[in-house]
Amino acid sequence: MKSPNKQQIQKTIKFKITGDNLFKTLTTIIAASALIILFITGYTLVKGSIPVVQNFGLSFFFGQQWNPVEGGEVFGILPYILGTLATSGIALLIGVPLSLGIAIFLVEMAPRSLRVPISYLVELLAAVPSVIYGLWGLSVFRYWILNYIEIPISTYLGWIPIFSGTPRGLDIFTAGVILAIMIIPTVASISKEVLTAVPNSIREGAYSIGATKWEVIKRWVLSYGRSGIFGAIILGLGRAVGETMAVTMLIGNATGTSAMPKSLFQSGQTLASSIANGFMEATSGSLKLSTYLGIGLTLLIMSLLINVGAHLVMTRVFKVKGGAVE
Amino acid sequence: MTSTQEQNISKPKPDQLQQEIDPTAKMRAINVDVWFGKKQVLKSVNLTVKPNTVTAIIGPSGCGKSTFLRCFNRMHELAPNAKMAGQILLDGKDIYERQIDPVQIRRRVGMVFQKPNPFPTMSIYDNVAAGLKLTGTKKSKLLDEIVRHSLEQATLWDEVKDDLKKSGTSISGGQQQRLCIARAIALQPEVILMDEPCSALDPIATAKIEKLVIELKQEYAVVIVTHNMQQASRISDYTAFMYLGELIEFGETRQIFEKPKNKLTEKYITGEFG
Amino acid sequence: MMNSYGFRKFKNRLFFAICAICVVIAVVPLASIIFEVAKRGVPQLSWTFITATNGNSGIGPAIQGTLILIGLTSIIGIPIGVLSGIYLSEFGNNKYAQNLRTINNIIAQFPSIIVGITIYGLIVLTMGSFSAIAGSIALAFILIPIVTRTTEESLKLVPNNIREASLALGAHNWRTTLSVVLPAAKNGLLTGVLLAVARITGETAPLIITILGNRYFFQGLDKPLAALPLEIWKDALQPYAETQAQGWGAALILILMVLIINITVRLASRSRMKA
Repeated sequence: MKSPNKQQIQKTIKFKITGDNLFKTLTTIIAASALIILFITGYTLVKGSIPVVQNFGLSFFFGQQWNPVEGGEVFGILPYILGTLATSGIALLIGVPLSLGIAIFLVEMAPRSLRVPISYLVELLAAVPSVIYGLWGLSVFRYWILNYIEIPISTYLGWIPIFSGTPRGLDIFTAGVILAIMIIPTVASISKEVLTAVPNSIREGAYSIGATKWEVIKRWVLSYGRSGIFGAIILGLGRAVGETMAVTMLIGNATGTSAMPKSLFQSGQTLASSIANGFMEATSGSLKLSTYLGIGLTLLIMSLLINVGAHLVMTRVFKVKGGAVE
Repeated sequence: MTSTQEQNISKPKPDQLQQEIDPTAKMRAINVDVWFGKKQVLKSVNLTVKPNTVTAIIGPSGCGKSTFLRCFNRMHELAPNAKMAGQILLDGKDIYERQIDPVQIRRRVGMVFQKPNPFPTMSIYDNVAAGLKLTGTKKSKLLDEIVRHSLEQATLWDEVKDDLKKSGTSISGGQQQRLCIARAIALQPEVILMDEPCSALDPIATAKIEKLVIELKQEYAVVIVTHNMQQASRISDYTAFMYLGELIEFGETRQIFEKPKNKLTEKYITGEFG
Repeated sequence: MMNSYGFRKFKNRLFFAICAICVVIAVVPLASIIFEVAKRGVPQLSWTFITATNGNSGIGPAIQGTLILIGLTSIIGIPIGVLSGIYLSEFGNNKYAQNLRTINNIIAQFPSIIVGITIYGLIVLTMGSFSAIAGSIALAFILIPIVTRTTEESLKLVPNNIREASLALGAHNWRTTLSVVLPAAKNGLLTGVLLAVARITGETAPLIITILGNRYFFQGLDKPLAALPLEIWKDALQPYAETQAQGWGAALILILMVLIINITVRLASRSRMKA
């Protein structure tokens, strides 16, 4: 009686193991999809940009000329790299203080009943599609910027090089400001989490020595959460660098040397917007197509550097904070 | 809980009403009620804190003793949906009056918390100096002096004098708690509130803090919440016993521990519950 | 003294006001966008507008195209994302999973235009044509990392004792996951998936270079396809008021789709939390 029972049990165990293993193997393989996407992206872009890099070498990255006429092609993307940095820089300069203000308001100041609706509105800002920001920017926001900021500044401060030129509202500055709005949800929501994670015991200690609310925030909460906020800023930068549609519609789309960012009020071009603008004109197998893949690769590398950096900062933040709370 | 005990609680407590108005009292709580949302956690609590004494508040966990303590420097206001009624007098003036800002009260009534909470982003020196820097004390000589004096008073100076630049969290738990005491002392408060300051510490560190508390009463009035009855009997001059949000009995520590008037107090003291 | 009590109190009030102003500044664009889209989009709405082809002053193909893209992308992306999420949550206690999690977080942040050119190089060039399928795969590349992450997060919220209870009844691991853990995480999972779908609904950049756009209704998986975001983009850049107005109409429909998903999902998840 005993031995068949044992055999049965062993059989079931064996079956269980097989069924579970099957499931585990299946999910293990499918989970590799992230790796596969990363690989495909890297492979396609590297392979596609080989011709352009072979043709122009480093001058692809550091050249300013842009001549797509077949036979005499020259492609240098430095103006687009700088345009990307300029618009993202403006986005951070304007967007980060706003986001921090929102995060502080939500975590430290707002009455309970306001917290959920406000963070909800801020999240909706992220839900609006980029192309709608572009549409709104073209027909509404552009004129706000033009009439209330650019024209006054250019009238009185036009002699300063970065404010020179005739403002049209379709320029590096407008693109940067729309990016600032678009990174607010990212930076604000992560900063909010970072501030929420600051242990209450620190706030209590600070209040107990007679600090005002603002002093508690400035000297204790922000200082404790600074590396997390730094991570939030990097993630915001990542979003700004890769953002395409709204920028494409608002930056004015200059090419070649004229896209070199010299003034805030001139039209420019970013890596992403140059792809959206010009990619369709490139025919398959052409050097121009390879150029756009090369631009894509450049953007990919920037994005990877930024996001890996953000990842390192954020994991460190959570580890360090985890230890400090103990 | 049997019904007789509950009756005991609901009866008016003569000793509580008899707390005579003492003109020398440093602080007085008069009919303090506290609610969190709709839940009432303190019911008409009265207490007198005399200068240069240690007053212990004991009671089983959840009896409201920490909440009560936090009313003395308006820290309970930081909890969302906390509501308070009644008066807390500091030198005869109600600290809950409208024109009085809690920020100023907290400089006069310092606080030490259950878990040592030195500021992790600040050095030991800055931990002690932080409160003074808020009000703009910039003279480094004066600061140095006060920091040294506070650390000495907190019996921590000898242990950290060479490491003043190190982070406030780099020292041991007991040292951290004494650092927090020094942080409170640096503001030269009149009253120091301590919320179970030893509950996170080992026995040796606890002994040091207890000794320190007794020394502190030379200069300050100390109110200490503790769940440790032996500790209360060792260090306090007056003891208040709280139960379910009410003050059951208040009196000299020796009387409370040797001849409690209330049945509930007696049961708690003898360890029948809690 | 510089830091007198009055001055400190003043600073406290000032910064409170500044933070509140930050909130207002952030809400103004949102309000303006919704207002303008409604004001300029609503007059466009008509049965013809949402059903006719572009030649007949409608955006029917774009609406149809977007629905097709949502459907195809979901079919490709959701199973992969959910299964990856299951792996990370249920078996993810190892180095391999840790690395996948990192990679997943990083590809989730990829600029969507990069996904577009990757799919162009990979599929459009190989097939020799812009196509509905290329667009869906591009959107799936964006959808998968988001769904993976939200699946993992919502499965991790399922208390372990529910798993143990099921295993104690003699259920296999895989049965436990599929018939106990997944249903328990159903709400969070649904929220995450719907938000991811809302996100890809508005994606434009990768579509420009994968589906190209089409004046006509769906013509096959391997043929160019219209889509709402593309319609908006193309219309916005036209110099004709009529076409631009059409773009606002398309924007209204797109924003309604996206916001309705967002708002209902969030309202639902909030009322659930209260319950």
